[in-house]
Amino acid sequence: MEIAVGAVVRGGTSLEYKTGGWRDQRPVLDMEECKVCGICESVCPDSAVHVLNEEYVIDYDFCKGCGLCAYECPAGAIDMIKEEK
Amino acid sequence: MSVKVLEGSEAVALAVKACRPQVISAYPISPQTHIVESLAKMAADGDLDSQYVRVESEFSAASVISGASATGSRAYTASSSQGLLLMTEVLYASVGMRLPFVITGVNRQISAPISIQVDHQDTISLRDTGVIQIYVESSQEAYDTHIAAFKIAQDPQILLPVMVCMEGWILTHSYEQVSLMEQGDVDRFLPAFRPANYLNPSDPKSWGSYAEENVLMEFKYAIQNAMEYGKNRIKEIFSELAQITRRDHGGLIEVYRTKDAEMVLLAMGSVAGTAKEAVDQLRMQGKKVGLVKIRCYRPFPHEDIWEAIKGTRVVGVMEADFSMGSEGAVGMDLKAKLCGRPDAPLVLDFIAGLGGREVNTEIIAELVDKMEKASNSGVRVMEPQWVGLDPSILSQGPNHE
Repeated sequence: MEIAVGAVVRGGTSLEYKTGGWRDQRPVLDMEECKVCGICESVCPDSAVHVLNEEYVIDYDFCKGCGLCAYECPAGAIDMIKEEK
Repeated sequence: MSVKVLEGSEAVALAVKACRPQVISAYPISPQTHIVESLAKMAADGDLDSQYVRVESEFSAASVISGASATGSRAYTASSSQGLLLMTEVLYASVGMRLPFVITGVNRQISAPISIQVDHQDTISLRDTGVIQIYVESSQEAYDTHIAAFKIAQDPQILLPVMVCMEGWILTHSYEQVSLMEQGDVDRFLPAFRPANYLNPSDPKSWGSYAEENVLMEFKYAIQNAMEYGKNRIKEIFSELAQITRRDHGGLIEVYRTKDAEMVLLAMGSVAGTAKEAVDQLRMQGKKVGLVKIRCYRPFPHEDIWEAIKGTRVVGVMEADFSMGSEGAVGMDLKAKLCGRPDAPLVLDFIAGLGGREVNTEIIAELVDKMEKASNSGVRVMEPQWVGLDPSILSQGPNHE
């Protein structure tokens, strides 16, 4: 390995650096309760909530477990569950 | 080449203009204002083909030129005092991202108490950032050094911001005769800035990416390597410019009558001019005194200083800054590099000119007298001396009315 002057690297490499391992709580979404309003997607600081086939899915590779989505969800559809090894 | 009588600020503005910066961003603060007002006017009048970005703070000014530099633009800003300190965080980041812009650090005392008088505390406080610092004595040296600064900064083996430090008022607001370079000579001396990496949407790159404990130290060491490499390269660039202008201000240091000197004064900035006059007067009285003027303070040119002071009995560092709780920064630098040399001269640290306190030839003669007495006394270590301090006006304790 050789370091790059100015720590300049090709763009988008954060996709290869998965930060989900920092999480100690995981958001679990109950699609029965979800109204598909999109608030969780808009408040996620890690852009870890995505729309897939008209459902919301959480990308656990990048979710750090901050709990903002659960706090903001007006339908109470997201629970924070303690991560266990 | 044309010769004009110019305000120091105007000379700097003309030097910057001649270097064709694509982006200039600044927030006004005395005594830097005339430089950036002049550049803003040139840009508004169409005499200067630069984006002049007005911002709401020095933090933003530094951020704008940092970003501009990352796009591959030549970029410039200027500030003073607390304005420079507000840039501090951005300067560390810019050094780490190896962005080669140029800053004029117009020296002014730092509040509180609030003052617009001159000392070096502001720029000295930035000595650890990794920004190259060059101090100048005159408007002509300021003009020439700014042109050299852009070339030093963009050297592919250096790639660091360069700060040209000049005293406010004394240099920025006084009128001197200044020789200006021909634009063609500047263009030949300073080729266009073409960095290997630059922000480009069609080839996305990320600057200053995340680094953990396994590599971060190497990034910092690489900056120190660039500084060390810079010592020779800066000298080469100065002499290349001197061949064009036929004005030689020296290398990393300028030596004045040191050859047979027994006592040497060490100074930075415009006070060096006063010190040269004092040296001449003392020489006429038979005192073997010389002067070393530090031009480049970071990287610190201890090898060149040693060449100039070895064999002398005593060195008196005159500096307008203080590291609270310790002593003057320049004195510390010098003593650190002399430590362990059995033939090192005694070093006296004079805190002179802090907050704009006058330093004239009579005062310098008194310092040399102190140096002579101290060296004759055989003392090896002395605490810094605050030149001209009036202890009678100090309050007597925390509860003193």
